[in-house]
Amino acid sequence: MEFNATCPIPISQYPRVLMAHGGGGKLMHQLIGKMFLAAFDNPLLETQRDSTVVEWTGRKLAFTTDSYVVRPIFFPGGDIGSMAIHGTVNDLAMSGARPLYLSSAFIIEEGLPMDTLWRVVCSMRDAARRCGVQIITGDTKVVDQGKGDGLLINTSGIGVVEHEQKIAPQNIQPGDVVLINGDLARHGMAIMAVREGLAFESRIESDSAPVHDEVFSLIDAGIEIHCLRDLTRGGLASALNEIAEASGRRIQVVEKSVPVREDVHAACEMLGLDPLHVACEGRFAAFIAAKDADRALTILRRQAAGAEAAVIGRVAENSGPLVTLQSAIGASRILDMPSGEQLPRIC
Amino acid sequence: MCLAIPGKVESISGDDPLTRMGKINFGGILKEASLAYVPEVKVGDYVIVHVGFALSRVDEEEAHKVFGYLKEMEELAELEDSDTEPPPRRDKP
Amino acid sequence: MKYLDEYRDGDQAHQFAREIHRITTRPWNIMEVCGGQTHAIVKFGIDELLPKFITLIHGPGCPVCVTPLEMIDKALELASRPDVIFTSFGDMLRVPGSTTDLLSVKATGGDVRIVYSPLDAVKIAEQNPAREVVFFGVGFETTAPATAMAIFQAAQKGLKNFSMLVSHVLVPPAIEALMSSPNCKVQGFLAAGHVCTVMGYEEYPPLAAKYHVPIVVTGFEPLDILHGVLMVVQQFESGRAEVENQYTRSVRREGNRPAQELIHKVFKVVARKWRGVGEIPQSGLGLNDPYAGFDAEKKFGLADHHVDEPADCLSGLVLQGQIKPHECPAFGTKCTPEHPLGATMVSSEGACAAYYRYRRQN
Repeated sequence: MEFNATCPIPISQYPRVLMAHGGGGKLMHQLIGKMFLAAFDNPLLETQRDSTVVEWTGRKLAFTTDSYVVRPIFFPGGDIGSMAIHGTVNDLAMSGARPLYLSSAFIIEEGLPMDTLWRVVCSMRDAARRCGVQIITGDTKVVDQGKGDGLLINTSGIGVVEHEQKIAPQNIQPGDVVLINGDLARHGMAIMAVREGLAFESRIESDSAPVHDEVFSLIDAGIEIHCLRDLTRGGLASALNEIAEASGRRIQVVEKSVPVREDVHAACEMLGLDPLHVACEGRFAAFIAAKDADRALTILRRQAAGAEAAVIGRVAENSGPLVTLQSAIGASRILDMPSGEQLPRIC
Repeated sequence: MCLAIPGKVESISGDDPLTRMGKINFGGILKEASLAYVPEVKVGDYVIVHVGFALSRVDEEEAHKVFGYLKEMEELAELEDSDTEPPPRRDKP
Repeated sequence: MKYLDEYRDGDQAHQFAREIHRITTRPWNIMEVCGGQTHAIVKFGIDELLPKFITLIHGPGCPVCVTPLEMIDKALELASRPDVIFTSFGDMLRVPGSTTDLLSVKATGGDVRIVYSPLDAVKIAEQNPAREVVFFGVGFETTAPATAMAIFQAAQKGLKNFSMLVSHVLVPPAIEALMSSPNCKVQGFLAAGHVCTVMGYEEYPPLAAKYHVPIVVTGFEPLDILHGVLMVVQQFESGRAEVENQYTRSVRREGNRPAQELIHKVFKVVARKWRGVGEIPQSGLGLNDPYAGFDAEKKFGLADHHVDEPADCLSGLVLQGQIKPHECPAFGTKCTPEHPLGATMVSSEGACAAYYRYRRQN
C-alpha cells in the first residue's frame, strides 16, 4: 500500500493554520478535503453530510460531532453551552434523526472563572432538557492560560433515523425548491454587536435554537425531502455551495426572497458584510420536491419558530456545481463560497 | 470605497463642537458617531456616517429628486408614441 | 433602511436603464472612480442592464488596492513588535505584503486589532499607557477627516503612546494622471460621491475642461449609479463636458468645510506612490510639522525601501482601466482571493476580487 507522507496542504502557501481555516469558507473546505477526507478516506465520510447515517443491526443510526468556540462566551440570545447542544441536535436533525444521546468534552483555559463555567453548564442542562436528549459521557481538560480561548466544547451526538427518506445532497433533483426556516444572519450579527472594537447597541439576538421539531413536522406530513443542511459558519452561501459541490447541481437563489430583519440588514450595511455570508445557528435549508413545496412552507410557517420561513430558490435544469443569485435589480451573478473570516470593511 | 450609510440622529451629547457626539439609529441599531463636522445637525436629522463620523446631513428634499425625475420620465414616456425596445432582461443565468 | 433601500428598487432601475438605451447612439467608455461603486456595479449586476455600447471601466478608487507594498511591509514590521498594539480597519488585514499579511501576523501572536473608527484606536492608547498604539491610516479624502480628528484629539490629550502610519491618497491627482496617459480610453467619469461629500467638486471643472470629459458626482446605490450613467450619457450625446452632481442628497459644491479645515490643519499634501500605478505627485497626505510626533514612520525609524511587485501581477493595468481582470493570465489560476498576487484580488472592492466572486462564469 502506498504511503504518502507529504502534507497535502501547500506548505509554501500555508505553513501555519490560519483563522480562515476554521471560518466555514473556501480555506476550511480545502483543509477538510485535502487533508482530513483524504487521510481518513471511507465511503461513509464521502457523503459529507452534517450527520452520517449508518446501518447497524437493522436500525439506522445518525452520528455527528461538532466543536464550539465563540467569543464572547455569553452573547445576546445564548451562550457557548446552549449553542453546543442545539448545534449537535441540529446536525442530527439534518438526517431526519431523532436525537438521543450526546457527549460533552470540555477544554477549559486555566483561569476561567468557575462561575462562568457553572453558568455554561446550567445552560447546557436546560438546552438538553428542552431537546429531549441526555448527555451520557464526556471529558474534561484544562490547558495553560492563553491557549484555550476561554472555553472550547465538543459535543458528539447519536440519533435514530425512523423514516425511509434518503436525505442527502446526491438526491437533489432539478426543479427542487429551496426553503429556509427563517430570517438570516442573526447569530453572526448578535456576536458582532458585542465584539470589542465594533460593538453597537441593538436588539439582535442569536437565532440559536433546536430545529428537530420543525424537521419532524415535515417528515411526519409526508413531505418529500431531498436534502437538509443547517446554516452555520459562512451562512447561506457556504451551505448552498457545499451542497452544489456535493450534488453537482446548479442552485439559483432570488435575493429579494431571502428574509433578513431590518436591524440585521442595517448592521451588515454598517460593517460592510453580506448577510448571505454571515453565520446563523437555528436555521436550515431544505431541498423539497416541487410538488410538496407549498405544503412544506405552510407547515413551517404554522410554527412559532418558522414564522419567517420562505422559498428562496430552486435547483436548475442545467448542471453545476454552481450557486447563482438574482440580485435585487434582477441581474444575475455567482453567489460564491465566502473566503475565510468575514472582516468588516470601510471601503 | 468609502462605505458610508445613512442614519437618524436620536440624541446629541457634548457642548464642545469638536467633541459633539450623536447616537445614530441605523434601521434599528444604534451607534455613536462624531458630529464635529456637521454642526448644523439637530435631533431627527439624517446623516451619512463613515467610520464613526457624520460627514453630511441628508438633504431630504434632494433625496426625493431622483424619484421625481423618474416619475417625470415615466410620464413623458407615456405621452410619447414609444417604440423603444426594453433592455434585454436576463431571466436565467 | 431609509435613504438606502429605496435606491435599490428593481423596477426603477430598469426605468433608468430603458432611458439610457433610448438615448445612446454610439459607444462610450465611462470610468467609475470609486471601488465602492465598482463593488455595487458587480454585486447588483448594474452593467448588465446597460446597452452594449456603454463600457464601464473600473477605476483606481480602492485605497486598499493602491496602498504601496512598502507601506504594507512597514505595517507588518510594526505589528510584529511585542510592544505595539497595531490597529487597523478590517480591509487591510488580508492584503499581502512582500512575505506575509496582517492576519498571519495576528495568527503568530501579533497584537493586531480591528477597529471601526480611528477614535477607537485613540481610546485603546488611553487604556494601555504602557504600550505603543499604532493606527493604519489608509483611505481617500473620505476617511481623512476621521484620521485628522484622531490625531487632533491625541494631541489635545497629550498622548505619547499613539502614532499613525499615514497612507492617505487623493482622487483628483489620480484622475489627472490617468487622463494624461496616452493609453487612456476613458471618455467620462462617475466621480466618488463620498470623497466629494468631504471635498466638494470645485477641483473638477478644470479637469473636465482640459480633457473634455463629463464628470458626474455619483452615489453608490443602483439608482444612483444608473442615474449618474444617464447624466454622463446625456452629456456625451449632446457634446457637453461639464461637472454635474447626481448625489445631491449628500454632496454640496463646496463640500464639508469644517472637515476640510481640520484636514488642512493636521495634514499636508505630499507625493505618494500608488501600488500598480507608480508615484503620482501631490497625490497623498502626510502629517503637518506640529503633528510630526504622531508619525509612526518617524517614531519607529522605519527605513524607506523599494519592493518589486510579483512579475505576474497586472493589478496596475487593472487599476488604470487598461485591462479587465479576466484578461490577466494569472486571474483565477495563480491569483485567487485565497492566494492573491496583488491587492485588487484581496480587497473586497478590488476589481479582480469582484470579478472573481461574482463573474467567474464568464
